[in-house]
Amino acid sequence: MYKYDHFDQEFVDRRVTQFRDQVRRRLAGELSEDEFKPLRLHNGLYLQLHAYMLRVAIPYGTLSAAQMRALAHVARRYDRGYGHFTTRQNIQFNWIRLEEAPDALADLARVQMHAVQTSGNCIRNVTADQWAGVAPDEIEDPRIWCEIVRQWSSLHPEFTFLPRKFKIAITGSPNDRAAVRVHDIGLRMHRNAAGEVGFEVIVGGGLGRTPMIGKTIAEFLPKQDLLSYLEAVMRVYNLAGRRDNLYKARIKILVHEIGADEMRRRVEAEWENLRDGRLRLEPAVVADIESRFARPVYAGQPADSAEVAALKFRDKAFGRWMQANVVPHREPGYAIVNVSLKPEGEPPGDASAAQMDALADLADAHSLGEIRVSHAQNLVLPHVKLVDLPSVFRRLQEIGLAADNIGQIGDIIACPGLDFCALANARSIPVAQRISRHFADADLGHEIGDLQIKVSGCINACGHHHVGHIGILGVDKHGEEFYQITLGGSVESDASIGTIVGPAVSSADVVGAIDNIVRTYLDARQGEERFLDTVRRLGTTPFKERLYAAA
Amino acid sequence: MARPASSALRAATANRLRDGAVVFRTVTGGWSSRIEDAETAQGEAEAARLLAEAERDATNAVVVGPYLIDVEPGEDGLLPLSLRERIRAFGPTTPMVGVEALPYL
Amino acid sequence: MPLLKNGRIVGDAWQEIGDDAPLPSDGAIVVSLARFKAEPDRLAGRDGALGVRLRNTDDARALADHVGRLGLIVLEFPKYTDGRAYSQARILREELGYAGELRAAGNVLLDQLAFMQRCGIDAFDMARPDAELAWRKALGAFDAFYQPAGDGRATVFEQRQRRLFEQRAEATWSGTAG
Repeated sequence: MYKYDHFDQEFVDRRVTQFRDQVRRRLAGELSEDEFKPLRLHNGLYLQLHAYMLRVAIPYGTLSAAQMRALAHVARRYDRGYGHFTTRQNIQFNWIRLEEAPDALADLARVQMHAVQTSGNCIRNVTADQWAGVAPDEIEDPRIWCEIVRQWSSLHPEFTFLPRKFKIAITGSPNDRAAVRVHDIGLRMHRNAAGEVGFEVIVGGGLGRTPMIGKTIAEFLPKQDLLSYLEAVMRVYNLAGRRDNLYKARIKILVHEIGADEMRRRVEAEWENLRDGRLRLEPAVVADIESRFARPVYAGQPADSAEVAALKFRDKAFGRWMQANVVPHREPGYAIVNVSLKPEGEPPGDASAAQMDALADLADAHSLGEIRVSHAQNLVLPHVKLVDLPSVFRRLQEIGLAADNIGQIGDIIACPGLDFCALANARSIPVAQRISRHFADADLGHEIGDLQIKVSGCINACGHHHVGHIGILGVDKHGEEFYQITLGGSVESDASIGTIVGPAVSSADVVGAIDNIVRTYLDARQGEERFLDTVRRLGTTPFKERLYAAA
Repeated sequence: MARPASSALRAATANRLRDGAVVFRTVTGGWSSRIEDAETAQGEAEAARLLAEAERDATNAVVVGPYLIDVEPGEDGLLPLSLRERIRAFGPTTPMVGVEALPYL
Repeated sequence: MPLLKNGRIVGDAWQEIGDDAPLPSDGAIVVSLARFKAEPDRLAGRDGALGVRLRNTDDARALADHVGRLGLIVLEFPKYTDGRAYSQARILREELGYAGELRAAGNVLLDQLAFMQRCGIDAFDMARPDAELAWRKALGAFDAFYQPAGDGRATVFEQRQRRLFEQRAEATWSGTAG
C-alpha cells in the first residue's frame, strides 16, 4: 500500500478546497452548467438519471481497511447506504447531492482518497492486476509503476482536455488479469534477453462502439523511459486525435486510421524531444516511491493445513467456495480470497455500508489490513493465512458475501444500465438478477464451470459485453428492451471480441436464451473443455441453430 | 408507442441543481419530485411555453437540463410513456442493497 | 479585447491583420501562419514587431527557425474542450525556446488559467471584470505539481529528490551518516 507523503496529502486537500469553491460558484449561479460540467467531471461527479453519481478512485484497485470504512461512512452519510464497485477498480455512489459532494470528498481526503480525474476527457484511474504483489506467476509488482503514472497524470496541464477519456492499465504477470490489450495504453511488464524488466507498450485497445485489440508499438521500453514515452504518446494523441466526432475520438480510432507503424513513428519522433529530459525516471526517484509502499510482513506458515483439507471434504459449501474463490498465493501458507459481490439474485457489484465495515474488520483481522477491487465487480482479500480460511468463510456467510461463484455463471458483470444511467437504452441489472436466479443451484454453477457473462445496457459497453464469453447488449427496439447476444469474447491474454449469435431477443426471452446456450455447451463439450473453448472449437453456428430453431 | 401529436400531453422534467433529484415543473412554477404535481401541456404552443419557463429555471441555477416528456393520465396519476422516464419518475426497478436492512448484520 | 497579462488587465498593443489586408508599414502586427510562410521578406522588411496566430491544427514546429524574431504567438482555444493548443504551447516554450508573449485566444475559462499558465501561456484574451481576482485564485490553488511543464517550477519528484539529498548531506555533516 502506498503511503502518502505531505505533497500527496496537500494535493488532495487543496483539490477539495478548489472544488468546494467551484460548487459554491455553481450553486450561486456564477458558473453555468456548461462551464461547470468539465470541473465536476474532473472530480468524478456525473449527473445521472436520479441524482449525481460520484465515482471515487481506488488507485490500482488497492485499499486499506481504514479506507474501506471511509467508503462505508460516505455510503451512510451522503448516499443511500451502499456503493457499487466498478470494472475499473473504482467505487460509485449513486445518490450524492452536489451541495454535499465537497464534504464527502473532504472526508475521503482524510484517508488519502479522492475522485480526481475519474471522469472527463483526461487520464483516468490507472488499473492493475487485482492480484498484484501476491500472484505466484508475477514477474514484478506493477503497482509502483501505477503510482508513478498516477502522479504524473494528476492535473497534467497539457492533457486535461484530450479528445476523449484515456485509460491506462499495467500488468506484471504473463497472465494478463488487467486486460491491457483493451485499454488506450496497456503496459505489460516482462523480461528481455538480458533478464531486465521493462514494458511492452500496447496502444489503441478498447471496447465501446468499435471494440479493438491494441497494437504493440514498443516491444521493450526500459523503466527509466516510461514517463517520457507515455508523454510522447499522449502528445501525439492530443494533437492528432479526432475532435469532430465524439464516437471517433478515442486513440483506438487514430491507431486504426493511421496504422500501428505510423503511430510508432510519430510517437518516436515526439519522444526524441522528451526522452532524456526531466521525465527520465532516475533509480533514486523510483526507489523513493517504492520506499513508501509498505510491504506485507508474512508470518511463517506451514504450506498445508490438515484442518482445512478435512473441512473441504466435510463441508460441501466450504469445499465449493475453496474451489471457486480461493487461489494460490506466492507466499507459502497464504491464500488469495476472492470475495464475490454477486449474491444470488442481487445487483452485481454492490455492497452495503454494513458489509463494507464488516469487510474492513475482516481485512484487519485476516488480510494484513488490505483489500483489492477486481475487474469483475468483486473484491479480494489478498493476504489470508490458509489456517484462517474457515473463519473467513464463516464470517463471509454471516454478511451474505460467501457466494462460491467466482468466474462462474453466477459471477455476472453488469453495468448500471437504464435503472441508473442516463446513457442506457435498456436495463442490465434485472437481466443479471434473473440469470443469477435461474442458475442459482451451486452445483450446477460448478458443473458449468468457467463462464463469464457480461451485460451492457448500451453500446458504450461499460459492462464489457464484447469480451464476455457470453455478452449481452441491451438495445431499444420501438420502445421495448431487446437483448443482443454475443459469444466467444475474452479479456485475458487471448483477448478476442465476441461474435453476434443472431437477432436480438426480447426481455422475456433472454433468460431462456442463455439457458439454451448453456445446454448446447453442456451437450457439446469435450472432457474438461471450458465454455469459451467449446465456442472457439465449434463456432457460433451450433449455438445459433439451437437458439433460433423454434422461431 | 406513437401518439397522435394533437393529443400529446407533456410535462417538463429536469434534475434539481443542488441535489440532482428528478423533478417536475408544477403549475405554481416550482419543481416537485412527485410527478403527480406536474403541470401538463397540451399541444405545441403550451409545450413550448412550458419548456421556455423550465429553461429559465436552468439559467437561474434552480435545475439542470430541463426537457419535455410525454405523459398520459393513469389510475394513480400521471404516467410517463417511456420506460426511461418511468424509471426516472418512480426510481430504479432493482432493489437497493443496504436500503432494506439485511437481517443478519 | 482586453488582455490578462502578468495578473493584470491590460490593453492589446497588437493589431490583427487578415490574410488579404494591406500590411501597415509600422506597428506591432499579427498575421496567420499561412501569411507568415507566404510573405517572409515583406514581413521581415517592416518596422515594428511581428506576431503569428496559429490555428490549433497548425504544426507549431513550422515556427522552429523563427521564434527568435517573433514578439507574439497567439494560440486558439475554439471550444474550451479542445485542448490541442496546450501541446502547441509546450512545444513552443520548451522545445523551440520561444521567449515572447504567448497568448490564449478564444474560449478561455477562468478554471483553465492555471493549466494554460503551466504550459507557458502568459497572456489571455479575457473580457471579464473579475479576471485579476480569478488569476490570483487560480494560481494559488496548488503550489506543488507532479509533472514538468513550461513554467519552470520544480516538480514534486524533483522536490522529493532535493529533500532526500539535503537530508543525506545533513546526516554527513552532523556525522550521523555511516
